[in-house]
Amino acid sequence: MQDHPSVPDEMEPSLARYIWRHTRAQQVWILFIVLASMPTYFLALDLPKQIVNGPIQGRGFETAETTQTYLTITAPFTDIVLYDGVQLTRTGALALLSAGFLLLVCINGLFKFYINTYKGRLGERMLRRMRYELVDRVLRFPIPQFRKMKAAEVSTMIKDEVEPLGGFIGDAFVLPVFLGGQALTALGFILFQDLWLGMVAAGIVIVQTLFIPRLRRILIKLAKQRQLSARQLSGRVGEIVDGVAAVRTNDTSNWERSEITGRLGKIFLIRYEYYQKKFFIKFINNFLAQVTPFLFYSIGGYLAIRGEINIGQLVAVIAAYKDLPSPVKELIDWDQQRVDVQVKYAQVAEQFSVDAMVDSSLQAPQSEPVPPLTGRIEVANLAVTDDSGAKLIERAAFSADVGEHIGVIGGVNSGAETFVEALARLVPITSGSVQVAGRQLNNLPEAITGRRIAYVGSDGFLAHTSLLDNIIYTLRHAPLRPRPAAEDDDASQARLLAQTETLLSGNTPLDIDDDWIDYESAGVSDMDDLIERVLDLLALVEMDGDIHDFGLLSSVDTERFPELADSILVARARMREKLSDSGLSAHVEPFDPDRYNSEATIAENLFFGRATGKEFLDAGAYAHPYARKILADTGLDEKLFAIGVQIARTMHELFADVSADDPLFDQFDFFRPEDMGLYQAALTRLGEASFAGAPADLRDMFLKLPFLYAEPRHRFGLLDDDLRADIVAARKAFRDNYPEDLAGAIAFYDPAAYNTAASIEDNVIFGRIASGIAEAPERIRALVLEILADLGLDRTIRRAGLYFDVGTAGKRLSQAQRQKVNVARALIKKPDLLLFNRGLAGLDPRTQATLQKRIMDLAAGKQDKPFGLIWVVSQPRMAEDFGRVLVFKDGILIEDGNPQELKKNGGYFARLLH
Amino acid sequence: MSSIMDEVELLRRIPLFSQIDTNKLKLLVLASERLRYASDQVVMRQGDTGDAAYVIINGKADVVVRSDDDEQVVATLGRNDIIGEIAILCDVPRTATVRATGDLDVLKITKERFIRLLSDFPAVSIGVMRVLADRLARTTHELYSAQAELAARGS
Repeated sequence: MQDHPSVPDEMEPSLARYIWRHTRAQQVWILFIVLASMPTYFLALDLPKQIVNGPIQGRGFETAETTQTYLTITAPFTDIVLYDGVQLTRTGALALLSAGFLLLVCINGLFKFYINTYKGRLGERMLRRMRYELVDRVLRFPIPQFRKMKAAEVSTMIKDEVEPLGGFIGDAFVLPVFLGGQALTALGFILFQDLWLGMVAAGIVIVQTLFIPRLRRILIKLAKQRQLSARQLSGRVGEIVDGVAAVRTNDTSNWERSEITGRLGKIFLIRYEYYQKKFFIKFINNFLAQVTPFLFYSIGGYLAIRGEINIGQLVAVIAAYKDLPSPVKELIDWDQQRVDVQVKYAQVAEQFSVDAMVDSSLQAPQSEPVPPLTGRIEVANLAVTDDSGAKLIERAAFSADVGEHIGVIGGVNSGAETFVEALARLVPITSGSVQVAGRQLNNLPEAITGRRIAYVGSDGFLAHTSLLDNIIYTLRHAPLRPRPAAEDDDASQARLLAQTETLLSGNTPLDIDDDWIDYESAGVSDMDDLIERVLDLLALVEMDGDIHDFGLLSSVDTERFPELADSILVARARMREKLSDSGLSAHVEPFDPDRYNSEATIAENLFFGRATGKEFLDAGAYAHPYARKILADTGLDEKLFAIGVQIARTMHELFADVSADDPLFDQFDFFRPEDMGLYQAALTRLGEASFAGAPADLRDMFLKLPFLYAEPRHRFGLLDDDLRADIVAARKAFRDNYPEDLAGAIAFYDPAAYNTAASIEDNVIFGRIASGIAEAPERIRALVLEILADLGLDRTIRRAGLYFDVGTAGKRLSQAQRQKVNVARALIKKPDLLLFNRGLAGLDPRTQATLQKRIMDLAAGKQDKPFGLIWVVSQPRMAEDFGRVLVFKDGILIEDGNPQELKKNGGYFARLLH
Repeated sequence: MSSIMDEVELLRRIPLFSQIDTNKLKLLVLASERLRYASDQVVMRQGDTGDAAYVIINGKADVVVRSDDDEQVVATLGRNDIIGEIAILCDVPRTATVRATGDLDVLKITKERFIRLLSDFPAVSIGVMRVLADRLARTTHELYSAQAELAARGS
């Protein structure tokens, strides 16, 4: 295993030190390059003057034949001539100097390019390091810390607040050194010219450097407030998103609006004040910069008039001073930026400096298998208090074997839940000790607790990925098998670069693309086995029906399940047989390329497929140029236009007096109540005009209407056999001329092929269920299920269902489903001890009892190796099956023993049972 | 496929709807669903919650009341009869099971639409009341004779 870069526990409070520590060598290098670039830079500034003075104005070239010597090279600091140079005429010199200028421009450009890229990369690396360290810290925060933080605030700190630091890091040291050098040179020159004037200039600069930072303190305060209020804003927005149900069900949206307005107002005022102060400081700054020349002109002029200094000196000083303000000004700007980022950094560092962080050694990655957890759990004098100091558990003492099956009973706040949370290390122990297998629980690495102990709580949080990924999440502890070698040189180069950069930024070298799945601890040998195991566990928690449905309603990924598509086609054929055998043929109107499907919309009949892209989706399809071309070629546009006009007329006639909120409108998805006025006006404008005579916008309006029209649903009686035949003909034209670049836009219906855009169920039915027949959908569904079961496809369909996307925080699943998934993911890692904290609370009592029984059987070793259970039950009765129960009341463990005996003894447990 | 106008003609022949003007009948057609049941298929089941009423357009259906293990056909309904109105008017579970005897065509009207119909058209309300009153009279009569029969047996 590679070394894990350890992130220090303390955050460096000073940004400058932090940058220096990590980029020392690079900062020196970049300074060296900057200095190296200076000679050519000054040469490039000087050369234009030479060109103008020499060849252009003709100084030194008084006659056409005069030549000058160029490119003489002397050894530095001596008079020894190494190269005599060349003699050039005026045009020759112009050509040489111009070419030299071009060369210098190129060299300078390249220097600039190198320096900027280097600085940018340096900044990005530091930014990457910083973000990584912040996330690393979040992963190691003590659990109670998460009750005080808002997720959105943490993410805005990591994402936004450190962002400006990246741009600053490259300039952190180079710029002040460079600009400071320039300023000092100019100042030195002035001092050299005239001591007194030099001191005046130096005095003003000193006032600037002392005075400005003082003014800036108030800016720093404002910048802090600005950052804090912006962070709180994102925290609040996150809260609105998470708590939208409470907002909508309590009519509090306006309170939220006003709350946000208040915050935005505060932010505005802070920022406004900030700008006022900032530009005031700028004003002072500019003023001070201009005071110096004022002093030069007035005092220096006076002295010159009095003859105390000579005019040449004064002019030289004023000229030198021209070069002083620019570096000083830039230096002050740089300092402004430094202050800004330092504040940002300090604010973030403060938030992430948390006491009692998990030691990084406890989270060290471990790829070797962890030996089973055996021995005893010893709890002595355990006390837990919450933030406010209230005692949740007092003086609990308890000893058990890891493999025991223990039921924990107690109402809300009795301490039962806290007890199990303390064992799971989810609440910190205030005093006392908890030992597992002879070691303090707090000192056990997460590699042991996280793999050998499983915890199931009632809040089943899932990540936004597939169901399968969520279940096998608990098997991803360390990269176990490297990913396959790169296929070509380019790929391996890219990989190498990625690895180098990762190390240079101090990120973890563990590669996310390696295979992390710990098949061994799940007791399987490969992914196929693992999936079987997942399916078994989902059956155990009674979720097999749900995943079967997910599978049926999902479209098959034919790459993942290459044979399934063929089997579905067999099922489709069998469906036809079954329908006709059982006299149910009328229940389904199949998709037949040569027939109009009366249950489907006109659009579906025309395109004869399912839209997979935006091009032909819903009513928007009418506007697609290819669709328009086919409609025009087949003359269908005119006919559909006429249908559209009829639809508009009928709608107007029928719905003129119907209120807009009538649910009747719901079935007309192509005609919203608010369209009524528009179409009424359009009908008036159209008058008796036909398609040919209608203006373009009216054509569009009416042509669009029939696309989603389906006769059985809307029943305007608009279609006749001729029109149906025309649509089928247009369907063929549409298919035959279908352009290749639209290949992804429609999955065409083909009786002999699997339709990749449709669900498995729709593929089996391959048609539309007839309307007007009672219970037809139910009967067809039953038939589909029967056929798929007969073909032995249930397992495969469930496998397909495992790729169901659970949505953000698993919200596409019900709470009960999320809890079931959590149980399955706890069991898949085959723990030695399962801590169960009301993990089935969202289920009905009957299912809870069934699942508890099954898990207890599993724990007893009926299928596999046995494991221990510590189980907080929701009903005292459910604890009777355990060999031992712990009863908590008001934070005190009041009874501990065999449930039957406790029952006999008639204590608190016995009373709870009645 | 029957279009809206055919259905309007059909509805117009049902006495309950005969007073409604064509346009409203069209809306009723749009808002309702034509369903065909095969013989022995159940239209509604006793004890279920009701979300719609039905008007028989064609065919016949048995009204079956179950008590304990015993099932009894209490009435046979036919063309133009209305079924399922009690559950949606009184918000009680279905009081009986209705089963098709032979092919049965019905018009299914959702609860909301049905109540709107009653409030918009007094004539329909009175029609429904008449149906209910008829049934009440008949039930009262039957109850009376059953009690008399019981009394006769008991004595």
